[in-house]
Amino acid sequence: MLRYSLRRLVSAIPTLFVLIAVAFFMMRAAPGGPFDLERSLPPEIEANLRAAYRLDDPLWLQFARYLGGILRGDFGPSFQYRDFTVTELIATGFPVSLRLGASAILLALVIGVTAGSIAALKQNRVTDHVVMTVSMTGISIPNFVMAPILILVFAIHLRWLPAGGWGDGALRNMVLPVIALALPQIAYIARLTRGSMIEVLRSNFIRTAKAQGLSTTAILLKHALKPALLPVVSYLGPATAAVITGSVVIEQIFGVPGIGRFFVQGALNRDYTLVMGVVVFYGMLIIAFNFLVDLAYAWLDPKVKYS
Amino acid sequence: MKKLAFLTCSLLAMLAACSSDYAPSGPIGGESGTELAERQVIHIGNGTDPQTLDPHRAQGVPESNIGRSLFEGLVAEAPNGDLIPGVAESWEISEDGKTYTFRLRANARWSNGDPVTAGDFVYGMRRSVDPKTLSVYSFILAPIENANAIIAGDLPPEELGVAAIDDRTLEIRLENPTPYFLGLLTHSASYAVHPPSVEAHGDAFTRPGNLVSNGAYQLAEWVVQSHVKLVKNPYYWDADSVTIEEAYFHATEDVAAELKRFRAGELDMTNTIPKSQLGWIRENMPDRLVIAPYLGSYYYGLNTTKPPLDSPALRRALSLAIDRDIITKQITASGELSAYSWIPPTIANYGGGVEMPEASWTQAEREAEARRLYAQAGYSAENPLRLEILYNTHDDHRRIAVAIASMWRNVLGVEATLVNQEWKVYLDTRNQKKTQVFRAGWIGDYNDPYTFAEIAHSKSELNDFGYDNPEYDRLLALAAAETDLEKRAEILKQAERRLLDDMPLIPLYFYVTAKMVQPWVQGYEANIMDHFRVQDLKILKH
Repeated sequence: MLRYSLRRLVSAIPTLFVLIAVAFFMMRAAPGGPFDLERSLPPEIEANLRAAYRLDDPLWLQFARYLGGILRGDFGPSFQYRDFTVTELIATGFPVSLRLGASAILLALVIGVTAGSIAALKQNRVTDHVVMTVSMTGISIPNFVMAPILILVFAIHLRWLPAGGWGDGALRNMVLPVIALALPQIAYIARLTRGSMIEVLRSNFIRTAKAQGLSTTAILLKHALKPALLPVVSYLGPATAAVITGSVVIEQIFGVPGIGRFFVQGALNRDYTLVMGVVVFYGMLIIAFNFLVDLAYAWLDPKVKYS
Repeated sequence: MKKLAFLTCSLLAMLAACSSDYAPSGPIGGESGTELAERQVIHIGNGTDPQTLDPHRAQGVPESNIGRSLFEGLVAEAPNGDLIPGVAESWEISEDGKTYTFRLRANARWSNGDPVTAGDFVYGMRRSVDPKTLSVYSFILAPIENANAIIAGDLPPEELGVAAIDDRTLEIRLENPTPYFLGLLTHSASYAVHPPSVEAHGDAFTRPGNLVSNGAYQLAEWVVQSHVKLVKNPYYWDADSVTIEEAYFHATEDVAAELKRFRAGELDMTNTIPKSQLGWIRENMPDRLVIAPYLGSYYYGLNTTKPPLDSPALRRALSLAIDRDIITKQITASGELSAYSWIPPTIANYGGGVEMPEASWTQAEREAEARRLYAQAGYSAENPLRLEILYNTHDDHRRIAVAIASMWRNVLGVEATLVNQEWKVYLDTRNQKKTQVFRAGWIGDYNDPYTFAEIAHSKSELNDFGYDNPEYDRLLALAAAETDLEKRAEILKQAERRLLDDMPLIPLYFYVTAKMVQPWVQGYEANIMDHFRVQDLKILKH
């Protein structure tokens, strides 16, 4: 197990390297630069800025320096947020995204798995149809439609919750963004759970359990749930990484100060270092979560052994 | 299934039936109408996230909105936009218009209690033009003696024509008489910064806890992508007349979400409105909508450096063929003014401005003349002009481009194709002059015609249409040396007439600003620069 983990970690290094290299050179290849303004800068000022951000060195040298910086945990200064470094921006934004995303994933997991299991048990009956229709709707309605509807209903008309703002992460500020973020995930997880649960419920060992006279609840919780969760778990890895690194749409609509918006704003402003910082950070999270998923597999499925 | 249908129906019914936007519980301002709210806190939608709070590095509108409440320049702006004394209580201008002597208030204080001295302004302005500061707006101080040479790195910042005669007397020497110079002193590039805290904290001097400011407010919190919170500066010289205790500037990039937060009563003022909801706003909350003229021109730049648009006759034909009223009445439709001049006529120091001769013609007359010029330039139905219109990706720009392309096709038979590019790509294409026709807009940096006139100077960094007319440049230089305001206005008018004759750019309309302001916000006045200071506002009981 330990050897497997070490091997996985080592093999992550080339993956990250390729990711960094591709992102770095693609970002630089994009037309326009951080100092392109409507009023072009006087040449001497642009030269000063380029020198200050060391954009005049050959690209390979800049790349090497960037890699060196990452090893020291230094993502460089932001071009767009001139009073902050990228490391500081990620350090203040990520806890917010993490809190929001983790709550959404947890909510999605609890509701999604429950609803999916119920639907599987009541396969092809009314409950099943309702769960599946609702979840299909959840998947098809995009965030940018759902979020404003939630605001309209719960903030403007019912006046129960704030329409936006983070308020240092107060519960009332979190409810709507968490729901908006969780809804599509609930839907996915419910459908995945239902599918695999139906399959598991038809398998021989469940039939044996039934023959032994175990109650439905006992069968479901003790025997069926673990194997049925396998596809959910493999979905959960990348989904969690995506959700906790922030959703551009949700953050923008609710005014949540997470790191999701840095992606888009950074790219639009050609804030090279900010985009790179978020990409590298995101890459590391994805790798970490996929690794965790594989470990979870070994726990869930006795057939999977790592050595 | 029935349950689901029922739920959906009731949800829809709720959306349709209720219009329970936030409403005050009693009469605004209490019985007297002027009673103040107990908690003097204001929440302001401020558009995109501020990029910096360093006044010398600030470049965007969100930063300057905050800056005006955080810092105070030598000169300040009243709610209606008029210049009023700021840190300077009075000033004298020498007869040749080139030396300004400011008398600073004895009671001006930094937010840590230190007095604001003439030396602080010398320090601030030197820092502003110092190439090491990496300011992109240092050109605002260009009229000051030696500023350009310092910005270019040819002279040390100490050579700037700004001197502290004593702690309360500041002398500024200019290269040329510059009638709009006082207005420039309201710009953040001219602000003083607190020297000891800049020296102590370096680039981090703008952080909460480090930032020492001299305006009516001081920095309390700065959460990137969320808000900047200011609290009253007890040492401000006029602190007694500052009512609002706390001001939140919220980052509101998403305009639709901003309006929702306003409707929920969470924002007292918005930065702007979603254009698509203008009709709904006019119908449902017209008393909260504030639309006002703005010092900006929306125009189409024509690349004059290569054929076919190197022909002035053809450029004029293209301008004449556009029915500007269709654009302002049917597309933008927020009260924008059709533009028949480049410089907004409402600008200061310009005596009402000039107009193209065709301003008074009917559209039919304009179109007839357009056809004549088009034929004269050698084009016809068999040999149509082919053009490419470049715009940065945005729905409003697209709609205007579609309208103009169809006007050109209907009136002249021009075959125009539309190309849209993401902002930075578009800027790159524009700067490299790989364009034919490009949409653009310009918002004046200060309330004087020169901020518009300079754009068409052959050496201007904004002259992406490649206009190069020595006579125009000569008139601008002449205006710069003229001390008599009326004569100067005449020279600038002459220059603008020349520009409109040559038509390297087609002015389309003058901008307006549109924002939502709650009825309990007292003291807000829309002005042409769209500037306001929190200290001039009050929150009425509601």
